[in-house]
Amino acid sequence: MDALMNFGQGIFGGVWPAVWTLIKIVLIVAPLMLGVAYLTLAERKVIGYMQVRIGPNRVGPWGLIQPIADGLKLLLKEIIVPSKSNKGIFLIAPMLAIAPALAAWAVIPFTDTLVLANIDASLLYIMAITSIGVYGVILSGWASNSKYAFLGAMRSAAQMVSYEIAMGFSLICVLMVSNSLNLVDIVNAQDQGKFASWGLGFLSWNWLPLFPMFIVYLISGTAELNRAPFDVAEGESEIVAGFHIEYSGMAFALFFLAEYANMILVAALTSIMFMGGWLSPVGFLPDGIIWLFAKMSFVLLLFLWFRATFPRYRYDQLMRLGWKVFVPICLVWLVIVGVWMMSPLTIWK
Amino acid sequence: MGSMKEIFNSLLLKELLKGMSVTGKYFFARKITVQYPEEKTPQSSRFRGLHALRRYPNGEERCIACKLCEAICPAMAITIEAEPRDDGSRRTTRYDIDLTKCIFCGFCEEACPVDAVVETRVFEYHGEKRGDLYYTKQMLLANGDRYEDQIAQDRQLDAPYR
Repeated sequence: MDALMNFGQGIFGGVWPAVWTLIKIVLIVAPLMLGVAYLTLAERKVIGYMQVRIGPNRVGPWGLIQPIADGLKLLLKEIIVPSKSNKGIFLIAPMLAIAPALAAWAVIPFTDTLVLANIDASLLYIMAITSIGVYGVILSGWASNSKYAFLGAMRSAAQMVSYEIAMGFSLICVLMVSNSLNLVDIVNAQDQGKFASWGLGFLSWNWLPLFPMFIVYLISGTAELNRAPFDVAEGESEIVAGFHIEYSGMAFALFFLAEYANMILVAALTSIMFMGGWLSPVGFLPDGIIWLFAKMSFVLLLFLWFRATFPRYRYDQLMRLGWKVFVPICLVWLVIVGVWMMSPLTIWK
Repeated sequence: MGSMKEIFNSLLLKELLKGMSVTGKYFFARKITVQYPEEKTPQSSRFRGLHALRRYPNGEERCIACKLCEAICPAMAITIEAEPRDDGSRRTTRYDIDLTKCIFCGFCEEACPVDAVVETRVFEYHGEKRGDLYYTKQMLLANGDRYEDQIAQDRQLDAPYR
């Protein structure tokens, strides 16, 4: 590592820290894009299997080259800009959708040392950056100058703002018990307590004491992602494709990438916040990045499973769930956790 | 009391978990996909696919230009013109089926008194430009010559029910 540092210093001189950061960014984004590509294949396969089909299997063995073929197809297609749209905003919107989805990865810790930017307010940064993602959706729907796109954008805006609140409250519980906004500290805080000292680490992770918050976070995460059963912004059977109805080619592909990158992001956040990140579930196995990936895969499988199982929420039911169910549950559990922490029975010290 | 129970059931996500267990079970079920070009589903002997005009064993075409098929065709896909031949028998000079109009209902086949126009089991055919699927008399007769064995066998199988 030192040799590499010295070598880079020798070639680039003063700009080496910037180049090194760029290299690290590429090392995060490139596997992420590969993950996104294969998540689309996994989604088609898993949903196919749950519908007693076999899913794509023609391009390459078991359809393994399918995502590359899809990507090439989208790359070669024409980007159609509707003549009555606002062209500038129309083309900026997909970038606004994907940029936050990638930027949020800057603070995700893969292990306690492997993190691009270990900042103290990383949870706050995540909440802020992921909220910006909704602008891509709103602007795309607005700039398209199409009623379906507009309806989709409006629905999406209202939905994301509503579920952000439930999501924020559930995360407040997490930061109360771990006493930090730093994601590395949040994970390390889950490695303490009776169960962890007995070698049963998975029982001391946040998902057990904060179980209702875990469920609320998982469900509002699904809603934040505009994924089934909360995909009213797309609603292909009512508003045909919602906000991205007018998009084609690479512009559409960017929305697609953003959605799946966000999926992986929420999976990573759920793993870090509630399922102990890189911590190993039992004492005799070493901690490592492999556990984080295993937990993320599990959460991603849950998202695909949801999509294969549940019908879409009606719009008013969706709003009812967000405001009249999740927000009260969160407020009640927030008080319970606060009292629990102050009582002699506390498990967090 | 009942409403309290309902609230608890919905808070415990009972129904959602039940639904997920159903899809989870089907994840491991045997897949029923037929991988088409390699695998095919069985066909009935009454399958209605590409049309054909048949001949008698001596080579004489069966069609006597009665125009019953043209009359019954609900999609008006059949066009027939006829004239007496030199030997005095009535035969078609033009017998066209526009397969882009045809709805494959099989009425022409049923209407035919001499079993001349039939639908074969062939369904894997295509056209590459406009007009390729407009089948003329020569093309239909060629279909008949090509698939006569299969056609005769299928008529034989169906004979007890006609």
